[in-house]
Amino acid sequence: MTQIRKHYIRPLDIKYGQVDMAHGSGGRAMAQLIDELFAKYLGNEYLAQGDDGALLPHPGEGRLVMATDSHVVSPLFFPGGDIGCLSVHGTINDVAVMGAKPLYLSAGFILEEGFKLADLARIVQSMAAAAKDTGVPIVTGDTKVVERGKGDGVFITTTGVGVVPPGMELSGRCARPGDVILVSGTLGDHGMAIMAERESLGFESPIVSDTAALHGLIEAMRASGAEIHVLRDPTRGGLATTLNEIAKQSGVGMMLQEKALPVTPAVEAACEFLGLDPLYVANEGKLVAICAEADAEKLLAVMRAHPQGANAAIVGTVHQDEHHFVQMTTAFGGRRIVDWLSGEQLPRIC
Amino acid sequence: MKYIDEFRDGDVAQKLAAAIRAEANPARSYHFMEFCGGHTHAISRYGVSDLLPANVKMIHGPGCPVCVLPIGRVDQAIRLALEQGVMLCTYGDCLRVPASDALSLMKAKARGGDIRMVYSSADAVTLAQKNPDKQVVFFAIGFETTTPPTAVAIKQAAALGLKNFSVLCCHVLTPSAISSILESPEVRQWGTVPLDGFIGPAHVSTIIGSRPYEFFAEEYRKPVVIAGFEPLDVMQAIRMLIRQVNEGRAEVENEFARAVSRDGNLKAQQLVAEVFEMRKHFEWRGLNILPYSALRIRGQFAEFDAEKRFPLGYASVPDHKACECGAILRGVKRPQDCKIFGTVCTPENPVGSCMVSSEGACAAHYTYGRYKDVA
Repeated sequence: MTQIRKHYIRPLDIKYGQVDMAHGSGGRAMAQLIDELFAKYLGNEYLAQGDDGALLPHPGEGRLVMATDSHVVSPLFFPGGDIGCLSVHGTINDVAVMGAKPLYLSAGFILEEGFKLADLARIVQSMAAAAKDTGVPIVTGDTKVVERGKGDGVFITTTGVGVVPPGMELSGRCARPGDVILVSGTLGDHGMAIMAERESLGFESPIVSDTAALHGLIEAMRASGAEIHVLRDPTRGGLATTLNEIAKQSGVGMMLQEKALPVTPAVEAACEFLGLDPLYVANEGKLVAICAEADAEKLLAVMRAHPQGANAAIVGTVHQDEHHFVQMTTAFGGRRIVDWLSGEQLPRIC
Repeated sequence: MKYIDEFRDGDVAQKLAAAIRAEANPARSYHFMEFCGGHTHAISRYGVSDLLPANVKMIHGPGCPVCVLPIGRVDQAIRLALEQGVMLCTYGDCLRVPASDALSLMKAKARGGDIRMVYSSADAVTLAQKNPDKQVVFFAIGFETTTPPTAVAIKQAAALGLKNFSVLCCHVLTPSAISSILESPEVRQWGTVPLDGFIGPAHVSTIIGSRPYEFFAEEYRKPVVIAGFEPLDVMQAIRMLIRQVNEGRAEVENEFARAVSRDGNLKAQQLVAEVFEMRKHFEWRGLNILPYSALRIRGQFAEFDAEKRFPLGYASVPDHKACECGAILRGVKRPQDCKIFGTVCTPENPVGSCMVSSEGACAAHYTYGRYKDVA
């Protein structure tokens, strides 16, 4: 009787192991990393195809939206999230603010030699949880390894594909004089959470990142029938920079009301302490919406009824201005420009 | 936020604005210089000038540490990083100050210089401890507020016996700058800069106290009101200055009594005196070479003096020809009077130092107030 020896590979040492150059070689070590880590946690029918690309069903009517985002955040783990869920949320949001239903994600990993497999596993599990919660599967991916010192642990690039239903027209070019500006919640939480963690500032009440996928909120806003002209997620550069981008694209001016801007006391205090302005600090789970004046209150009510828009607020209006200035009536009673972010406020925030 | 909101209250501001309008004599005008960049920033950021009557004008002063730093000093810091291979630590605002050869510390960093932004002088000492094989130099700038922490860093390095830590000391003195402005021909002889009083520094005065300004009030008959950096502080100080002018008084008054005493922080003063001594002269951007206007490290602490440890000659470098920073720092011109303001010189590509720091007059006007120029 012939006996075939059992196929044997020593399993990946996730507890104590580290990434080495072989994990990016394309050989057996890489296949093992994919099987025992990426496929194990992220698995779905498309990823299971195991081919060079994912074969996906035709999405039906509408137009395709595709967005990509690289994530280099430092530190990799922060209060409220980590680079894994951030890389899922960030790209879903980029697709969703185009008015699209996000369908699929890809993920590219650049790993640094020596990076702990335990940390990588934690990150991949966080991505898997985020993908599951949001209902957007990661259907294809890639892994590369660079020598020690040539990376910083892990960089993740995600690309998202979604489909915009017919008749949906959202763009930074669509803000019109008379429109109203809304934000979906408090400003600056993500940036200050990272900053506090990075500088080991040890604030007594920890600031938690707001990282979250916004497509559910956006779907509710869309279903309300309100005439929305622009949606955008104010990430790097904060609300100020996002509004300046839109003002330039649409060729309009804007006037904000400082008193209306929602900021938590903890973020306000941390910004005051560090000499930062919450208007310029990154968000990862907030959106800015610009809509027709007549629908503003209705839209606000719909946003507030959704858990991710509980602190939504009307913060300003759009007007004609050939200089495309974003201005603000200060709580103090004066007026000032809210300019583009100048230089670099917080590097490697996402 | 408690203890902050009270000083930014819009309703109180409206009441103060009404009081200022009522007390300002419409038959005359008032020109007050806010010495500090902190005040300049508060005025621009909160829109304080919108609340003032048209005959009350604010002139921005030279009290922005980054703005008065001459090119020659930044060049020294860059040379330390690029030629001497030191780890150069400094405060964030310094990184973008334009220097010779189209360089700045930020650009020198991109060329391979080991340049670190630190939040305090203590961080620089920690870096020296953690990198015993590297020479660590702290590029120390600023007025009297930042001098005591530098003194602490030097004493700490001495106590730790650090052989790889030194300081490039560029600390300057507020009273010298005020004297220079009051002695300038524009103020004294020609009258081209009308000056009816000063808003005195907030943080600097917590250290040096209010006493040093008494000389200016007496000798030059200029009222001084020391004020905090919150917008209501500034408005209250303006009201107090208007009263002094109206009543023909020239006194030192203290609006910032919650933090400033007449004698200041004696312990800090003692610490500074122990570690530093007067320089005979020092070049300032915009104010040229001023006698006894800056500090250097005492001989006792010479081993921590980067100017002694490294071969660093000082070469004065003139500003860009079209740049008006000098005149702006003396109150002779306003940012919008400069030909290159907002065109060639912007916060992204600053030509002059006043466009660099958020406390600089040009950066403040560009960032918060330039809509007024096109209205």
